[in-house]
Amino acid sequence: MIELRGVGVTYAGASRPSLRDVDLRIEEGELVLIVGPTGSGKSTLLRTLNGLVPHFSGGTLTGSVVVGGRDTRAHRPRDLADLVGFVVQDPTSAFVTDTVEDEIAYGMETLGVEPTAMRRRLEETLDIMGLAELRDRSLRELSGGQQQRVSIAAVLAAGPRVLVLDEPTSALDPVAAEEVLSALHRLVHDLGYTVVLAEHRLERVVQHADRIVLVRDGVVSAPLDPAEAMALSPVHPPIVELGRRMGWSPLPLTIRDARRRAGSLRARLAALDGTPAASAPVKDAASRSLVSVNRLVVRRGTVEALSKVTLGVSAGSVTAVMGRNGAGKSTLLAAMAGQLAATSGEVSVAGSSPRRLAPHDRVRVVGLVPQDSNLLLYADSVAAECRAADRDFAAADGTTRALLARIAGEVDGDQHPRDLSEGQRLALALAIILAGRPQVVLLDEPTRGLDYPAKRRLVGILRDLAAEGHAVIVATHDVELVAEVAQRVIVLAEGEVVVDGPIHEVLTGSPAFAPQVAKILHPLPLLTVDDVSAALVPAS
Amino acid sequence: MARPTPAATPRMLHPVAWWVWGVGLATAAAHTTNPWLLLLVIAVAGWVVLERREVGALDSFRPFLIIGLFAIGLRVALTILLGNGVPGQVVLVELPQVRLPDWFAGLRLGGPVTLESVVAAGIDGLRLATTLACLGAANALASPRRLLRYAPATLYDIGTAIVVALTFAPALVDLAGRVRSARRLRGHSGTGVRELARLGVPVLEGALDRSLDLAASMESRGYGRTAVRGRRERIVGSALALSGACGSVAGLFGVMSASSGGWFGLPMLVSGLALLATSLVLGSRRDARTAYRRDPWRAPEWATCALGLLPAVLLVHAEADAWPGITISQVPLDWPPLPALPTLAILAAVLVAWVTPVPPRLARARATTLPARLETA
Repeated sequence: MIELRGVGVTYAGASRPSLRDVDLRIEEGELVLIVGPTGSGKSTLLRTLNGLVPHFSGGTLTGSVVVGGRDTRAHRPRDLADLVGFVVQDPTSAFVTDTVEDEIAYGMETLGVEPTAMRRRLEETLDIMGLAELRDRSLRELSGGQQQRVSIAAVLAAGPRVLVLDEPTSALDPVAAEEVLSALHRLVHDLGYTVVLAEHRLERVVQHADRIVLVRDGVVSAPLDPAEAMALSPVHPPIVELGRRMGWSPLPLTIRDARRRAGSLRARLAALDGTPAASAPVKDAASRSLVSVNRLVVRRGTVEALSKVTLGVSAGSVTAVMGRNGAGKSTLLAAMAGQLAATSGEVSVAGSSPRRLAPHDRVRVVGLVPQDSNLLLYADSVAAECRAADRDFAAADGTTRALLARIAGEVDGDQHPRDLSEGQRLALALAIILAGRPQVVLLDEPTRGLDYPAKRRLVGILRDLAAEGHAVIVATHDVELVAEVAQRVIVLAEGEVVVDGPIHEVLTGSPAFAPQVAKILHPLPLLTVDDVSAALVPAS
Repeated sequence: MARPTPAATPRMLHPVAWWVWGVGLATAAAHTTNPWLLLLVIAVAGWVVLERREVGALDSFRPFLIIGLFAIGLRVALTILLGNGVPGQVVLVELPQVRLPDWFAGLRLGGPVTLESVVAAGIDGLRLATTLACLGAANALASPRRLLRYAPATLYDIGTAIVVALTFAPALVDLAGRVRSARRLRGHSGTGVRELARLGVPVLEGALDRSLDLAASMESRGYGRTAVRGRRERIVGSALALSGACGSVAGLFGVMSASSGGWFGLPMLVSGLALLATSLVLGSRRDARTAYRRDPWRAPEWATCALGLLPAVLLVHAEADAWPGITISQVPLDWPPLPALPTLAILAAVLVAWVTPVPPRLARARATTLPARLETA
């Protein structure tokens, strides 16, 4: 279905190619997962498949890309629209119309599908993607998962045989992600579509893949059997990590297979006396409380984004805030950082209301790394950005640069912040915020676009911050990150606190929020591979 | 109040009809300085938006009203400061006058502020605000994106530009807000001129990124793929369409603005429309797009157009013939009368709230809330 021969891509002005000597054959009816660290060339590879590279992006493409018999050298993306559907990470940036029905019809209209056929296909597509009840809704009113399903439906209706998706679930909560992935699964298995997708959250997708293609520094592997690929891949989900450490072969990729393999492991762990979870001490109650939120209500328009939220967070802890897209996580963080005014109730951070402090005093108390870390960056080089941050926070010269080096290792100071990888950019934003030495550090969805090594670094940094006496609060969909780093989890739903408790209690019992290791070892209260290793070490 | 039964089963009115109605009202407003008539136009537009805006559609009426209020305020403030050449007799307050060099001929700074000049400025501002309110109403009743679906193939290039621009502007506003609050995270207040200058780069970059994403999405969904055949034909078509559009806009401006005199407006408008029509005929021959459930054009659409054009035609005529109460006297200041015929014509425009069908979601929302309303009553 898809054939790449000797493909190389060099963007204009780039010193080295983004892709080199790619020879790849993807058969019809397969779900192929592209796996690789950030900046390895995954997106470029996806974009060559419908000709966006080089027709839209510029740059030079050598070799040939042939999809369904059409060569992208002779066909522009618009000429491939009836064959290849392309879905981007952020669906809102791709919507052309206002309502669900119009958006789905749009592609068919441009392709000139007969009105009667269009009517039929639209109804079918609505049913396949489970959108029938939403058909006349405005796109702005939909949740993230619904929006992503609409954007898939919109390319699907045009009748392509190949779907290409760039990180379709990165911005979604676990349940919404499952919604999207099961829709894709159905397309491949029931309708024989060919699906190619890139995704960082491998724990969500790896079990759906028929083949895996590994990408590293612009070099692309042949499509591999998923278990084989995972045995080789530098980026891999916790289930694979567990399997590798336990020496399981072939590697199990689904929870079901892993549970079957883990029977003896569970028995061994259960035999050990005193679960490590219980022995891992949560910081003693004597540590002082830094954040206290009391009956906080925040109204946005007619919607109550937060209703009567009450909680306290103490110094030296990492707290995770979870919940669906739109549950109020970002609002809670913004209110704690003094970005939003409370409709009623109060927020107090280190004894004062952040809203009442002048901005330059506020940053000493509470620092927030926003979801889009680009928003914090203005300068045209990393070094200039760091100097500006030193001035902003009246810190000693070189403070931010030193923080950055500690968080991300050596980063080239002449680089433009936009050219950094996602992980480096997050590190830069975090370093800037930490230059103010805030007592409370808030991070909004920090792992979007981060690969596993970058995530591991982040975990280390957050633990260090907590150990130094900061209170760290992370709003995230990433259960694996939460399992690694947090001591306590707060789950929000529709602006209310639903659960607030120690991580082991909250995560092990939840079908949506349980990390992979917890699902495999249920009912043992172990959440991460490191937990398992730690539990086994004294035994051996 | 008993709600009259809607004209037909719920459906969306054709967006072109709404825009003809809105532009008609706006034209009417541009041709009078009678504040009663202007306020009446705003009331009519507001009422129809309340009655016929689809659930979930962007409420653009309110922001346009706010911009209008801002225009009035600015107009009055500038008049107080600079004067507007209206020779008034009732002096409200005497500001200290700054002597300007001779080459500032005709300008003054400070000096006496007269009631007449302030009222004239206020009414001028009100006229602009009313025009804006009418466009805001059309916007709320039929989004420009829906209107664009009816743009013929020839205008497709312009169509892309408009869709991208429609996304760009709100994205810009949204981003500006977010960047400003991010500035506060770095200890800045986010206010002041220097701060605003620093916002520029990230805001423009971000909004441009979004626009590029949208353009890439349109490209990969086949946008413009069937509209292109011969290169020459395409260039001729675009040139015709563009010059036709420019001509029509200039003509419309001539017809609508009272001050420039209508002599060049009408011929310009007619020839512009003729050029447009030619380009459309040329373009439709190579338009291979198809239409999904196009809104039908039936009696309510005709009625809506007629009800919008009636006040426009009447007021253009009334102004030209200098009917009493259309252009009110500024000096001496007089309580404006309420001319009967124009009032009726504008009032008639509100009838669209009855002759048009209810949008489907609004109809459903009403059907579900009506029993609840009866219970509380």
